[in-house]
Amino acid sequence: MSVEANAPAVRARPRRLVISPAAALVYFAAFWAAVFWLAPLLWAAATSIKPEAETTLVPLAWLSENPTFAAYREVWAVGDIPRWIVNSTIVSVLVTALTLALCSLAAYGFSKTRFPGRSWFFAIIIAGILVPPQVLIVPLFTQMSTLGLVDTYWGIALPQVVAPVMVFILKRFFDAIPRDYEEAARIDGAGHLRILWSVILPLSRPILAAVGIFTFIGSWNNFLWPFVATTDPSIMTLPVGLGVVQSVYGIAYAQNMAAAVISAVPLLVVFMVFQRRIVTGIAGAGIKG
Amino acid sequence: MARSTAGAREDSGVRTSTEDSDPPVEAPPPAIRSRPVSWAGLWFVLPFAVLFAVFLLWPTITGFAYTFTDRSLTGAPAGYIGWSNWTESLTDPAVWSSLWNTLVFTGLSTPPLVLAGLGLALLTARARRLGWFLRFSFFAPFVLPVAVVTMIWVWLYQPGFGLVNDTLTGLGLTEVGWLADERVAMISVVVTTLWWTVGFNYLLYLAALQGIPREIYEAADVDGASGGRKLWSITLPLLRRTTVLVLVLQLVASLKIFDQVYLMTRGGPNFATRPLIQYIYESGFTGFRIGYASAISYLLFAVIIVFSVVQFRLFSREEV
Repeated sequence: MSVEANAPAVRARPRRLVISPAAALVYFAAFWAAVFWLAPLLWAAATSIKPEAETTLVPLAWLSENPTFAAYREVWAVGDIPRWIVNSTIVSVLVTALTLALCSLAAYGFSKTRFPGRSWFFAIIIAGILVPPQVLIVPLFTQMSTLGLVDTYWGIALPQVVAPVMVFILKRFFDAIPRDYEEAARIDGAGHLRILWSVILPLSRPILAAVGIFTFIGSWNNFLWPFVATTDPSIMTLPVGLGVVQSVYGIAYAQNMAAAVISAVPLLVVFMVFQRRIVTGIAGAGIKG
Repeated sequence: MARSTAGAREDSGVRTSTEDSDPPVEAPPPAIRSRPVSWAGLWFVLPFAVLFAVFLLWPTITGFAYTFTDRSLTGAPAGYIGWSNWTESLTDPAVWSSLWNTLVFTGLSTPPLVLAGLGLALLTARARRLGWFLRFSFFAPFVLPVAVVTMIWVWLYQPGFGLVNDTLTGLGLTEVGWLADERVAMISVVVTTLWWTVGFNYLLYLAALQGIPREIYEAADVDGASGGRKLWSITLPLLRRTTVLVLVLQLVASLKIFDQVYLMTRGGPNFATRPLIQYIYESGFTGFRIGYASAISYLLFAVIIVFSVVQFRLFSREEV
């Protein structure tokens, strides 16, 4: 497939309207691959608008004869989903705001100032990139118990703010900003905070956007730590609530799929709005969301 | 596609060096003297450093200390027990079987995740007019919360009236117990993971493909190179760096498998899919054995570090 895929286009002159058979084949393959990839999402949506009794009728039908939003009304009214969406929003906004603020400050300190012990500090924080958060769940949980932060938003959010890789990414970006900019501001009497706020951050908008979007998506979707850090359903984030509570409701398939669709929509909207930033962010920084 | 300045500046980044280059790689013009040393900068670093110390450094240290104690989640007083958590974990069949499951998942998932990412990117680079639609379809699953992904796939894998089995029986084939059969469950998890996360590798490849200068292909055309020839001799060699990056990120990500397995099979059937992180979770939070769970955590940590170091070695050689 890929060998074929590479064949056409160049041979056909760029602006000619006649499509070569090879190009047609590529378009055909690409189109159906994409449809195939979307099929699970479409099937979830199709199931969610069936009356519950129709969901298990074999042979399966893509389109319901009596489409209904009953499952959505049911899930929205009875379940905890609105609550979990609010929780996820609070946690993700908290994590994103704190990450942007603290990592920018730290990156500025490492990039634009010199203080004793700076390289040591930096080396230790960079070494932190090597520590996978997954292996810390046990000691982190005992620590949270000690601090009384289990089942709180802060308990879910704070460990996620510690993202050394974001400091690294921002520092590298700040390093590339020519010194003349700061010097000019300094001559005008600006201090460090002023330079960071009025000179460095405005010049760093693309990278801040990338860091912000990825932190938000990562935090919204984070499962393991919020799963460990919460036992009270009223404080759970969406992925944890869906995975731990919703799934035990059992076999109401239309309702399950309605819940899945409701939970997918905020992220799909974020993705569609920021598609360009996300694509360049991944391409540029290799940030794993 | 036009890449932002951010993209261009990032280009050489994470992949190459982690040391604090001082002076930076883009050395300032010699005329400018070095920055004045003062304590002011410390205040900028401090807020992050405090959280780092409390929520990363300290747990890393205490976690290691726990491995030498019989500390329990029940809060009973903990005592020093030497290396016995370590020796127990190394002889615990459940540790080995769940480590094995983790490695099997990594081995099964990495090749398709890399190859499918490459294949879909090649298709997208050719079928330019479908660009937005293709990027959306292949990448959208990646932004979904894991619980949404697993709910949808558990429904698809359903025996009897799941879409996958219904399609199979419709074609005259027999049903498969996707999540119920010990021999198949891991493959089902891999398929779900492929659908969910391939978009990330896909975008990395797509960006790399778009960075290849058109002139190279035009030169090859002049020489009369065939499509297959160009793919083999130009495109793939130029994607080498990207492939290394994708492999590095993918292997480490796969070793941390837990979420989708736990939500789809709870590690079953008969523990056939239980990954090491789930065993850590069970030892610590349902077995209450903080010390023992910490020891297993450090085993996993060691495995991940070994993988990373080996890759880094191979990778740095590539760079030369």
